[in-house]
Amino acid sequence: MKMNRRDFIKIGGSMVAMSLLGTQPASSAGTHSFTGYPDRYGMLSDLTRCIGCRRCEGACNKANNLPAPKTSFEDTSVFEEKRRPYVADVQSYTAVNRFEVDGKTVYRKVQCMHCEEPACVSACLVGALQKTPDGPVTWNDKVCIGCRYCMTACPFYIPAFDYSSAFDPKIQKCFMCNHRIAKGIVPACAEACPVEAITFGKRSSLIKLAWTRIWGEPDKYIDHIYGEREAGGTGWLYISGVPFSKLDFQMDIGTTAYPELTKDFLSIVNLTLISWPAVFGGIYLMTKKEKQPHDEEMEELK
Amino acid sequence: MTGMIETEDLRKTETVEYWINELFFNKLSIKDYVKSLINPFNIIAGIIVLVGLAFIFMRFAFGLEQVTDSSNTQAWGLLLGVGLFVGVPFSASGFVMGTAVYIFGLKKYQPVVTNAILLGFLGYLFAVVFLMTDLGRPWRIYYPMILSFGPASVMFLVAWHVTLYLSVQALEFSTSAFEWLGLRGLRKLIVGATLVLTVAGIMLSTLHQSALGAMFLLAPGKVHPLWWSSYMPWLFFVSALAAGLVYVIIVSKLTQMFMRKSADERYLGSLDEITLGIGKACSLILFTYVGLRLASISYEDAWGYLNGFYGQLFIVEFVLFAVAPIMFFYGVQKKSVGVVQFAALGTMIAIILNRLNTVYITFNWQLGHHELFYWKEVIVVISILIIEVLVYRWIVNRMPVLRQHPDYIGEDLIFFFDPRLMFK
Repeated sequence: MKMNRRDFIKIGGSMVAMSLLGTQPASSAGTHSFTGYPDRYGMLSDLTRCIGCRRCEGACNKANNLPAPKTSFEDTSVFEEKRRPYVADVQSYTAVNRFEVDGKTVYRKVQCMHCEEPACVSACLVGALQKTPDGPVTWNDKVCIGCRYCMTACPFYIPAFDYSSAFDPKIQKCFMCNHRIAKGIVPACAEACPVEAITFGKRSSLIKLAWTRIWGEPDKYIDHIYGEREAGGTGWLYISGVPFSKLDFQMDIGTTAYPELTKDFLSIVNLTLISWPAVFGGIYLMTKKEKQPHDEEMEELK
Repeated sequence: MTGMIETEDLRKTETVEYWINELFFNKLSIKDYVKSLINPFNIIAGIIVLVGLAFIFMRFAFGLEQVTDSSNTQAWGLLLGVGLFVGVPFSASGFVMGTAVYIFGLKKYQPVVTNAILLGFLGYLFAVVFLMTDLGRPWRIYYPMILSFGPASVMFLVAWHVTLYLSVQALEFSTSAFEWLGLRGLRKLIVGATLVLTVAGIMLSTLHQSALGAMFLLAPGKVHPLWWSSYMPWLFFVSALAAGLVYVIIVSKLTQMFMRKSADERYLGSLDEITLGIGKACSLILFTYVGLRLASISYEDAWGYLNGFYGQLFIVEFVLFAVAPIMFFYGVQKKSVGVVQFAALGTMIAIILNRLNTVYITFNWQLGHHELFYWKEVIVVISILIIEVLVYRWIVNRMPVLRQHPDYIGEDLIFFFDPRLMFK
């Protein structure tokens, strides 16, 4: 009799232990009213200044030791189609696309937005993707298992995967030249831009700078910094003279940080794990009669 | 002296050979066994599997682009779409039937519970096979378990729970394997833990079945609004309950048609009653699902998307879901096993459509056309599924799944850890 009770406590204990296996510790990716790391860096693209010279692409290719592309970085025929960064014929973590809007030619640079609370970071089940306190969203080659959930999650369609590699497929995306930032050097694209269309700096100062430009020339700019609030705020900011919707910007993203979308679900995990043994153990007790043939067998066992 | 030793040796090889033939070759000699395997089904299956294995080899030698049309915008194709997102809900069979029999004490379903658990176990096992084929770096599949944790990820939860639940189901099914191998002691040990394993199965299943839906909460702009909803975890869970049940109905019917040799009278004789009983449950669950689905679409205010291709796709899927519970109800009222089986087939198609629509077909609906069903990927998927069927058949032909092992009939369950002991 005593033995059996002890057994029961043992199993109860192991069930509690099992529930704890699912415990989700709070982390920066877990977003509990996370307002962003102080002093994080960001980038500002001024689309009214960009001349489509593609030097940022070339500088990015060089800074990240990527192979040479099929078409050179001076070739403007690439503007015939809308490109995404890093695909085989781009070989750069950034791509510039050309748009004709109301007779005006506008160029838009595409790259990782370095979200304040990135969807990809909350998607990564091995923590390979991280938002660093400096601002860049980085990827750890040593732990990535290649599941590609980050690609499914990213609202900007940024992470790319090396489908042609069997043994070392990498996730490819802009890392805001974090290796250069660590040494105190400006990211390659900002350094290479001949017209200062790309500005590197603290995100907080970039927002002030962006609004200063908009207020300084209200007729030239539209009244919106893309990235100030989108997806909970992004590290990369854009200002433009034409509506962002005409430049293939995602306009349906909303202002909620993406990790918030799964937070509610994750919060019920522990609740379920702890409650179910009691609920179903209880149901089991209710469905069993007091005395059953195998009860007698159990008596014999004692 | 020497003669005696020789006789002993001979006897030994005889026993081993007999044992091997008995266990593995259905009591035939190897030659006769191989001969017995040659039939049209096996030949066609063998050819597809060989082609599929060749493609899988290409994939591991030269990268994923050899067999998939997955891209940087559409990261997941049929491998995960079918293997994980369709395979896992149907594999709820084990936990649903286990709960009915061992927790709710519904003894009526006892004859199918082992089969349901085997189907569940193989479903999860092959979900892992599909995942290994699709992972960019499959040799690191254990990383989220011991090396590097991403606890804010829903996929982290799925990885842990699928791993734990696969182990739980392996243990649950091991009783049949132990009966087959004659390992009475081990069998008794596992049977004693049935209650614990079943409750662990409920805990893990409720969470990861819903987590498969929750994974797509992160892609609100990509999953079509008629499928994306903050209710997705619950919709996935409720439909997984139905999936597990209709899977039992359909496989029971198939075993009745093709595997009679491996089944006993008790199993075959109980199927009609069991099918009608499960039909009742399916009717209720699917009425609930349809209500939940309507509520979710209204909640997300997505009724405006009913026009166009995706709207029509939704209507096809939804009509199947809406007709199924009525048909189940009708079939149960009329005591028509055939109607219930037909409703189960309709439900199965509806759930397959639902999962593929959510994760694959309508995914990236705003980007316009994308290539569906790359033929090499289809072959790989089909060949892995055929291997699953062959493994299932291999096990059922040997172990007591559709029948009781004569040595263990009448041995009731004795749980080691019975909560009732607490109140004595």
